[in-house]
Order: sequence, then C-alpha cells, then structure tokens
Amino acid sequence: MKVLVCIKRVPDTGGGFKLTSDNMRVDTTNVGFAISPHEECAVEEAIRIIEKHGGSSTVLTLGPQAAQEQLREAIAKGITSAILLEAEDYEFWDPAATAHAIAETVKPLGFDILLFGNESADTCNYQVGLRVAHLLDLPCVTGIKALEIQDGKALAKRETKDGWEVYEVALPAVFTVKEGINTPRHPSLRGIMSAKKVPIEQKKVTKPAPQLVRKALKKPQEGRHLEILGQGVDAVPKIIEKLREVGAI
Amino acid sequence: MILAILEPAKGALTEASWETLTAARDLAHKSNDSVTALMIGKGVNALAPTVKGIHTVLVAEDPRLDSYVPEAFAKIVSEVITQRSPKIALAPGTETGNDLMARVAARLNLGLATNCVEFSVEGGSLKRVTRSNWGGSLLEELEILSSPILLTLAPHAIAAQSADGTTPTVETFSVSVSEKDFRVRIKELIPTQKKGISLTDAKVVIGGGRGMGSAEAFKMLEELASLLHNAAVGATRVATNNNWRPHSDQIGQTGVQIAPDLYIACGISGAIQHMVGCKNSKKILAINKDPEAPIFQRADYGVIGDLHQIVPALIAELKKLKGA
Repeated sequence: MKVLVCIKRVPDTGGGFKLTSDNMRVDTTNVGFAISPHEECAVEEAIRIIEKHGGSSTVLTLGPQAAQEQLREAIAKGITSAILLEAEDYEFWDPAATAHAIAETVKPLGFDILLFGNESADTCNYQVGLRVAHLLDLPCVTGIKALEIQDGKALAKRETKDGWEVYEVALPAVFTVKEGINTPRHPSLRGIMSAKKVPIEQKKVTKPAPQLVRKALKKPQEGRHLEILGQGVDAVPKIIEKLREVGAI
Repeated sequence: MILAILEPAKGALTEASWETLTAARDLAHKSNDSVTALMIGKGVNALAPTVKGIHTVLVAEDPRLDSYVPEAFAKIVSEVITQRSPKIALAPGTETGNDLMARVAARLNLGLATNCVEFSVEGGSLKRVTRSNWGGSLLEELEILSSPILLTLAPHAIAAQSADGTTPTVETFSVSVSEKDFRVRIKELIPTQKKGISLTDAKVVIGGGRGMGSAEAFKMLEELASLLHNAAVGATRVATNNNWRPHSDQIGQTGVQIAPDLYIACGISGAIQHMVGCKNSKKILAINKDPEAPIFQRADYGVIGDLHQIVPALIAELKKLKGA
C-alpha cells in the first residue's frame, strides 16, 4: 500500500489575528506554525493505514522552505518520506494552481490512497483534494470521519446531521479527512531525532496564471461589550441571574 | 442569467437553498439579469412549484438520484453551465454544496469562491466577493478572473426572503448520466440514535477547555447541565485532543458550530479555533482565572476566578434553589 498525505503549513493563531500593514496576510511575526487540524488527522490516518496494511507513506506540502518543519513533524510521527513543492508565495496560490502542481508531481508515483484535509484552517477553500482527484481521474469522497480498507476497496463514512453516509469506492482513491476520524499521536523523542536526518525531496514550483486573486483581508465586526460579574464564588448570584434571564432555571 | 443550484432534502428545499435563491435574486436585480434555479434528484418535479419570483426552474429528475451522487450531480451541473452559459452559478456553501461546486469547478477548470458572505456589484457586474476565512474569523476580498463565476454562499450569511409574483417556467433538463458517474455513491445510511439534548439544539451550552484539567472535571459540568433546562456540555479542541471528551463534543472550526441563548465557557482561553464555533451564541459568559485571557475580549459577561471553586458553588446554589 502506498499512501500520500497532503498538508498545509498554517499560522498557529491562538487567541487573535494581526494583519500585515497592507492587509494582505496574517502577520506571522512571533507566531508559530502548525499543520492545519484536519490534515493533522490525515497524517495520523496515513500512519495507521501503513501500520495495519504495510507499505509506505509520503507527506507532501506546497509551501516555503520553512514548511520542512511540518514535513519533519509528520515524519517524526511515523510517515516514511516527504516532498516539498517549494513556493515562498504559497499563500497566494489559488486551489486550482495548488492542485495542478500536486497532481503533476504525484501522478507518476502511483499512490493507492491520497489523503487531504477537508479544508485548510486558513483559506477554507474546500477544493484542493477534489481538484487533484479530477486531474488524476480518481474517485473522491470528502469530509470523511472513518476509513476502512479491504480487498482493494475502501469504505468511507461521512457524518451528517441524521447519521452516517457510507461510501464504497475502489482504490486508488482520494479522501478528504475531517478532524474526529482519529486522535493524532504526539511524536516520540526518538522520532523527532531521526526525522531531522531524513532527506526531503524538493522541487521548485512556479505559480501559474490565477483564477482567484486576493485583494485584502479584513476582520469582521465584533459587537460584544464585556461586563465583569465578579471575582470567584462571589459572582455566583450574578451567574444565577443570567441563567434566569434565559429561562434556564 | 444567474444559475442558483438548490438542495432538495426530505421532500423540501433546505434553508440554505432559500438563502441561495435570495442571494441569486439580489444579484440578478443589481445586474439587471434573470435567475434560473436548478434542482437535481428523485422527486424534484414536485418541488418546482414551491419556487416563486424567478424566471425558470430547471428540473433534472431521475429515480437513480435518490440521494447525493457526487459525480453524477457534478456532471449535470457542468452540462447546464456549458449549455446555458450563466454569468454566475451559485450554490449553498453546505458540505454537499461545496463538494458539488468543487467538482464542477474542477471539470470546467474554473475558479470557485466558496463560502461567500457578501457580493460587490458595480456597473451591473459582479466585481468582487467577500468570503469567509479561518471559519469566519477573517474575511477575504477576492476578485474572480475566470468566467462563468462559480460561488457558494456561506450558510446564514444572508436571511432567506420569500418572493411572490412571477411563477417561473418549469423546464425539464434531460439527464445523461451513465454507470461511470456512479463510482462514488452511498452504499448505506446509518441513522444515529439521538441521546439527550444536542449541542446545536441546547438553549444553554456549558463548554470546558484546558482549565478543566481532566476528564473527571467534566462531571461537574454534566451535573450543572442537569440542573438547568435544555442544557448540554461541550468542549474545546484541547479537551478533545486530550481525550477528556469525544470529538463529537468539540465546539469550534473543526467541530460543531453552536448558537445557544447562553454559552458558559469554563477554563477556555478563547482561541480563534474555538471562538468560531461559539460566536453565534446570543450571550457568552466566561469563567477564567486569567484576567488577560483573550476570551474576555469576546464575551458579554466575565467571571474572574477558579472554575474548580465557582462551578461547585454554583451547583450547590442551584440545588438549594431546587430544594426550596
């Protein structure tokens, strides 16, 4: 079994955003980076598939040199090898451009299972996985929260308001994963040490003519005004008052 | 022409479909254009008369399409776009709508702006859209260079409005899907048994974050919920990643989006990832021992102190009230 997992390096925003002075990017001065949450689960799923069925797993990202940090994190957890499609301007690639670069790279590599996150944490475009699937003419199920592989087929479960939709597709196939499919492991110290030495395959990619062009980022209006109800247990009567106001008591 | 792609479910159009129709009519009004609505699936013929105030309803009725068949639906939408050349094609930004339109965009090699919240029409044509980034905690203004313009509308971004007047012409769109278009299909539906009050239905939600410290500590939130009408317990990503609670309890960008009358956030710092999931709460009450926690900038009521003392005191007081 050969499994590919595609990830995105995103700022670890914590409690708030600052925008750059031109309003085109999130200001990442003094901000850490992480693998986008759904993709963190896609990495875990790739590792579990290989642990169960044997084979090898590859992690891929389109991003800056600094994204080696996220690729090595995935390797430290148990992914076999890594590919960096190097583009320092990756934040301004639209989904079609990203999908074309990924599809071109992975087409000759013959993966059985290609995993993506359902949507990235930052741009939330919901489409890179589906576009790659189309370019490779592979079936794709999006937003899955369970995956079972058996006899060249996959059963993928999608959660809806009323229950589960179970899809059956033949491999090779593409899946976009949602958080909740598993609980990602932490890398071991040994994993972290040995991941430092794994060579990362690198290829420079150039942004093609875009379909979508960002003009600006802005913060939405927030209309709340804080009223301090009190300190410690002295605030309990006020909390009860607020519970009464909404008819909870 | 502006094409609105609607979602039938259980014999009716979804709320997101009515929002999409409203947005399409508004776009048509501003650009002096007409709206055609497209409905795909088994039984959509019967739904066509429920739509008013637009030019045409296209129905693609087929008994094989009794649930969402991704590639077959995408093929039909792509054919409609190719044959009817709309200026804009708009669908609901639901899980299904985003899946469908991404497939259509890939087939036609067009750009797609998902989860739009605002449209800027100048001189009779759509120049820019504003779409949701980071689950809605940032907005992105975007120019779309490819044509026709493909969009999905973020749910609840605009309120659905009913329209009277014109009864649209109903046209049949003949479906030409083959076996290959069914390679991705639902094999089975497993309904889940509803137990208790769900996070999305509860009037009061009590959320626990890093400050809870353990799975054990969530028991007091459960007890608090049991003393209130229509209350449920949720958690942050930190709590679910630590296995203190199941992922289904997670409130946030990668979990559930809630909109209760009151959200009580216990030991939650207020990470963007979490706040996206609770920002539609009517009121937010935060209990946190750190007065500098970002959640206090996004809450209506603040209690500064240790939740491990405050919650038990609150429970004791509520029990006293019940006993009285």
